[in-house]
Amino acid sequence: MSEEMKETILEYVVDEYMDEDDDEEAGFDTPLISSGIVDSFSMVSLKVFLEKKYQIKLPDDEATPEAFDTVNKICVLVNKHLSK
Amino acid sequence: MAFSDKNRAMFAGEIEDIKSKGLFKEKRFICSPQDAEITVEYPEGADQAKVLNFCANNYLGLSSHPDVVQAAHEGLDARGYGMSSVRFICGTQDIHRELQDKMSKFLGMEETLLFPSCMDANAGVFEAVLEADDVIIADRLIHASLVDGIRLCSAHYDTFKHMNMKHLEKKLQLHQDKRTRLIVCDGVFSMDGDLMPLDETVALAEKYDAMVLVDESHASGFIGKTGRGTHEHFGVMDKVDLITTTFGKGLGGASGGCVSGRAELIELCRQKARPYLFSNSLAPAIVAGSIKVLDLISGNPERRDKLEANTKYFREKMTEAGFIIGGQDTPIAPVMLYNAKLANDMARDMYAEGIYVIGFFFPVVPAGAARIRVQLSAAHEMEHIDKAVAAFIKVGEKYGVLGLDKKEIIEKYGM
Repeated sequence: MSEEMKETILEYVVDEYMDEDDDEEAGFDTPLISSGIVDSFSMVSLKVFLEKKYQIKLPDDEATPEAFDTVNKICVLVNKHLSK
Repeated sequence: MAFSDKNRAMFAGEIEDIKSKGLFKEKRFICSPQDAEITVEYPEGADQAKVLNFCANNYLGLSSHPDVVQAAHEGLDARGYGMSSVRFICGTQDIHRELQDKMSKFLGMEETLLFPSCMDANAGVFEAVLEADDVIIADRLIHASLVDGIRLCSAHYDTFKHMNMKHLEKKLQLHQDKRTRLIVCDGVFSMDGDLMPLDETVALAEKYDAMVLVDESHASGFIGKTGRGTHEHFGVMDKVDLITTTFGKGLGGASGGCVSGRAELIELCRQKARPYLFSNSLAPAIVAGSIKVLDLISGNPERRDKLEANTKYFREKMTEAGFIIGGQDTPIAPVMLYNAKLANDMARDMYAEGIYVIGFFFPVVPAGAARIRVQLSAAHEMEHIDKAVAAFIKVGEKYGVLGLDKKEIIEKYGM
């Protein structure tokens, strides 16, 4: 799993979902969905970003809240589809 | 037996899971008409208690207004109990047309179509109007019924940070390749009581060739100088393309909703919106009552002005007392407590003081943003509000939250 991909996705998450005045900081293993940083409705923005950025198609049954819960888990999913 | 012991245990386990997460909704029974003062049986089986109601959507105090009740009686007598039909078969009476026309005039829109509820209006409008190569760009805190409607629609969708115009602009730029764009927001957000900046929103819509849909359920009848809504408040009445709203809150509080807007879009809803096509017409008594509500408030801002004064008074008194009150100058006044248990415990103690309010916490609001949502009404008198504020101060002192800022409350009680 490339560090560059992790950094890119984390940067997107922070920019897309967090505000400057947020007390919490996000890392590669920070829960995103279960903590409420990303809700199930706005998760679509992250999916759209990943598909555009990495030129992949993430099926709905794989783009689940569980698979999107941390940056590390997202990278596993993206890598799976990049290698297809 | 289809409902085997195994099935019963499975569903009972699910209910226990809801309870263990503290998300179980208890039964509460109102044993009087809806009003500022109501009689409640809570918990179930307990003696009835008279309490002041600060959690109804009865913004204009019209839910039990004698003129509205009388009009509903007359509607019942003149047009019957039910239509036994969907609108397009044999379920449209002259009074349905009259209510639609009056609503169009009130909202300043071209045409209006009634739905059984605003939930149904929101479930149907997107699929009726948009195609797969369109995109919906929605505020992240829109009402759950809009979320459901968007998910039922074949168009793409994306979201922007709550009321963040810079982020909305970025998303409008990102989706310029789509056939058309529809910005979706609430006028007044139901949990936070804040107002969508519709002046900036429509300016961006014009710049990037987008349409705008606003859910005005918590605004119709009282936001804006004459109560027409958020679009009136921001001076953009001719620039919003679609409004969805309800007759179940400020506008009488019974039920029913509508989509109002550009004639072509409303016609598409009439032709294609599934909750319109496959659900019964609004009952004549409710239609007649809703017409009376519009007659009462059109050109007479007395109730709307009283609600504004009540709101200002409550917000000022509570802020002076040391509470953090969220949102802007709307009758939705969230008392911010951040911690779910604290919000729940304080709401329970408020009930013991004769004030009916409810704690809200995740997942209804974001984690760490628990609050008691207070809703003001034109039916409240000053002494009602004074009593509620006094009870809040007593309960707030018990929990030691008066004068504390967000950080201090979280330090004391956790998120």
